[in-house]
Order: sequence, then structure tokens, then C-alpha cells
Amino acid sequence: MRKALPAAIPFLVVTLALEWLVRAGFVPAFLVPPPSAVLQTMIHDWPELFAALLKTSAGAVIGFALSAIGGIAFAVFLSSSRAIQRAFYPYAVFFQTVPIIAIAPLLVIWFGYGMRTVVASAFIASIFPVIANTLSGILSTDPALRDLFRLYGATSSATLWKLRIPAAMPQILTGLRIAGGLAVIGAIVGEFLGGQGLGSVVDIARTQQRTDKVFAAVLLASVLGLALFGFINIVSRLALRRWHASEQN
Amino acid sequence: MTEAGVALRLQNIRRAFGDLTVIDNLSLDIVAGEFLAILGPSGCGKSTLLRIVAGLTPPDSGTLQITPPDLRFQNAFVFQEAHLLPWRTVLENAALPLELMGVDAAERTARARATLAEVGLADAESRYPAQLSGGMRMRVSLARALVTKPRLLLLDEPFAALDEITRFRLDVRLRDLWIERGMTVIFVTHSITEAAFLADRAVVLTRRGCGVKLDRRLDLPRARDNDLRLSPQLAVEMQALLGAMEEEG
Repeated sequence: MRKALPAAIPFLVVTLALEWLVRAGFVPAFLVPPPSAVLQTMIHDWPELFAALLKTSAGAVIGFALSAIGGIAFAVFLSSSRAIQRAFYPYAVFFQTVPIIAIAPLLVIWFGYGMRTVVASAFIASIFPVIANTLSGILSTDPALRDLFRLYGATSSATLWKLRIPAAMPQILTGLRIAGGLAVIGAIVGEFLGGQGLGSVVDIARTQQRTDKVFAAVLLASVLGLALFGFINIVSRLALRRWHASEQN
Repeated sequence: MTEAGVALRLQNIRRAFGDLTVIDNLSLDIVAGEFLAILGPSGCGKSTLLRIVAGLTPPDSGTLQITPPDLRFQNAFVFQEAHLLPWRTVLENAALPLELMGVDAAERTARARATLAEVGLADAESRYPAQLSGGMRMRVSLARALVTKPRLLLLDEPFAALDEITRFRLDVRLRDLWIERGMTVIFVTHSITEAAFLADRAVVLTRRGCGVKLDRRLDLPRARDNDLRLSPQLAVEMQALLGAMEEEG
């Protein structure tokens, strides 16, 4: 609780300031709804919003899980030789540079309306940081330790599981932390065009000029992002607390 | 239980990195069970020589003959720093070589425990490297090297980063372990004191690793403790080594 307090203060200050600005008439309510109206909408439309939150969560979490598994596996593949890196890394960069909003319509054509498009969008938006961080972690494995493994005739799978993956773990977790937020964004973009969830709630509320509902949905989306971030932090804490400086206070 | 050390014959070894020749036409005979110190100015190819003997770096030309010939897993290497796996306990680190060689869990634990006791770390087996002092980490590194009962132990300036008292203690411990086990030891260092205190034979390499500047049998007692450090006998040996080093410096 005490740890959450510093983060709660800016939230309260901004919320109260916003409420005051709108009520005093400095900002028109149809542009920025007063926080009290957002809260009312949240309560009134809770069944609809909660159902949308669950759908978005499912899409984002599945997309994130696929990025985590696929990204780590692809980075391991890339790390196997310099030639392979040269041949395939540029295509990994594609995932980072492609504007997800621009290809989302294509995803709808390929995967149809529904969960599959949302998952694909979350996956594409979030895989690159996993690949890049895992690869850099694996490639910076201590050369002396690689020599040591060679000296005792370690198989390449033993070297991978007992040395390279654990050594890259801090960087893998950094990649996953970034990927978590991107997966939520990707899921919402997917839902804008081809799914049901917070993204479609935002899209519909926008056309109805219900800014209060847009804000309520956006708020829930950021809560989802925070939850994913918190989950990865817990995993990181458990995995690294014994040995890595980043998790030892 | 004690297995005799191996004998080595190096003939006309040459190794270059790009345009830089670090070892040129070097020949050296090492008797089975000998404690040899290799001294030389920085950049004279000492470490490269050790890596060639370990099989970690191939020579460009020349031959390395080892008797008895099958050196697989008979040698062990201790690096300049401890280079432990930080995510593993002391015991798991010490057992690593046996694990990579496929020794079953019960046996490798027993052998790692016994070896940790030999280096004075019986009480620390469940700690992680981050919880150890520099000297203790180096002891773990030494235990990891000794756990396979190597017949050739290669050390590359292993205690250079430690404080003097810790280094003195580890020198004595290493010398005792050598007497108990009878393995061949090659100890690379730039410390004249350490070379004279530890070894039975010291070789000073010339600046560009082109040859042996001095090859001297040290006239010192077999069992050594820290009292020897202030003895006139040691001073005589150090002076001889210092003379050769100064001509190369």
C-alpha cells in the first residue's frame, strides 16, 4: 500500500484538477468529460465494459504469450550464426517498423472479424522487443563461460538451456515488459477494425460522441496494461532476486 | 585416488591474430606432475599459450603432444576472474563440469561437496555468488576446476584481482592441493613473487612470445607456507626472475 502511494498522488491531483477545470467552464464537457461523469459511466455501463475488458484481456494475453514464445524461439534461432542473423534479422525489424494501424485492415481480410485478428494484431505489435532483447542477451553471454562449457564437451542444447537462456534472462524480461504494453495497444487496434472489446467500445462511443465512455474504456485498457506489467515484474522478481542486481533492491 | 599429471611437449608453436604474431616458434617440454609458472610482460602471449594448451585456441602451426594422449576432460582451466554462473548456488557451480560430462546427480553432488571442503568452502554450498567475497568466489572457481580430478590444471592469473592476504592464503592452498593430487599445473602470472613462491620451475617468455628468455628450476622446499615469503632462498629466486623480466620490460 505504502509503495502505491507515490503513484496515487499524481492521479488524484490530475483527476481533481480536471474536474475543477470542466466544472468551472474552462474546458467544455463534450471535449473532456469530468472525471465524475467517467466514474458514473463506469458504474452504469459496468456489465458491458467488463465484458469488453475480458475480451481485450484474452486477446492481449494470448498475443503476448505468442510473442514471448515465438520471440524467444526466433532469437535463439538468430543467435545460432552470424549468417543466419544477416539473413533473417532485417525481417524481424519489419515487425517493429510496420504501422500496425495500417495493416490491421489486412488482418481483418486474412483472419476475419473476431479474436484471431485481435490476437494477430497484438502479436505483431509486441514481438519485436522480445526478439531484440533476447538476441542481445544471448549474444552477450560471458565468453569465458562459453569456453568453460566447450572445455567440458557440453552439447549445444546444454549450452542453450544451462548457459545462454539463463544468462539472457534479465534482458528477456526487459523485452517482455515492453511487449506487455505493446500487446494491449495491438489488441485494441485490432478491435477497432475487427473485434469486440474495449477497442470496439471506444470506436462506437466515439461515433456517438460519448467521450465519457471513451475515457472509461481507455482507463480500463491502461489498467490491463498495468496488470500485465505487474505480472511480468513479479515473474522477474522471482526469477532474478537471487542473482541479478536489478532485483536486489 | 591421486592420478599422475600429464606430460606436455610443445614444438614450434606459432599463433597470430591478424597481423599481430603473439607466439612465434615456441618450444617447451613440461614434465608430468610439474608445477610450472609462466612469466612474461603484458602482451607476450602467455594467455594465448595457455589457451592453446587447453585446446580453446588452435595454433596456426606447430605441435602439441600430450602424454598420455587422451586429454578429453583431463584438463581444467581457471580464468582471471571467477566467472561463476550467478543463478546457481556454490554447490551447483562446483558440480557444473560433472553435470556437463553426464555424471549422475547423486555422485556429482557428493564429489562437488568433497571438493568444496578441500578449498575451505564446506559451509557456503547453498549461497549464491552475489553473496560471496572475491576470495570465496575464486575458491569456488578453483573447486569447479578440481572437481573432475584433472590431470592438467591451467590457471590464467587467477588471483590477480584479490587482496594480498587472500592471495597468499590461496597460493598456499593451491600448492598443498598440488602436492596432494600430483597433477601437472601451469600457472600464468605477471607476479614475480607469486611465480617464485608457487612453482618448481619458472619460464620467462620474451616480449613477443618468440621464445623462452629464462627457464629456471627453483631451489625451494616442496611444502611451502607463508613463512617462506620472507626467506633469503625465495629472494634469490625472485632476483633471478626479476633480472630476466627487466631485460624484457
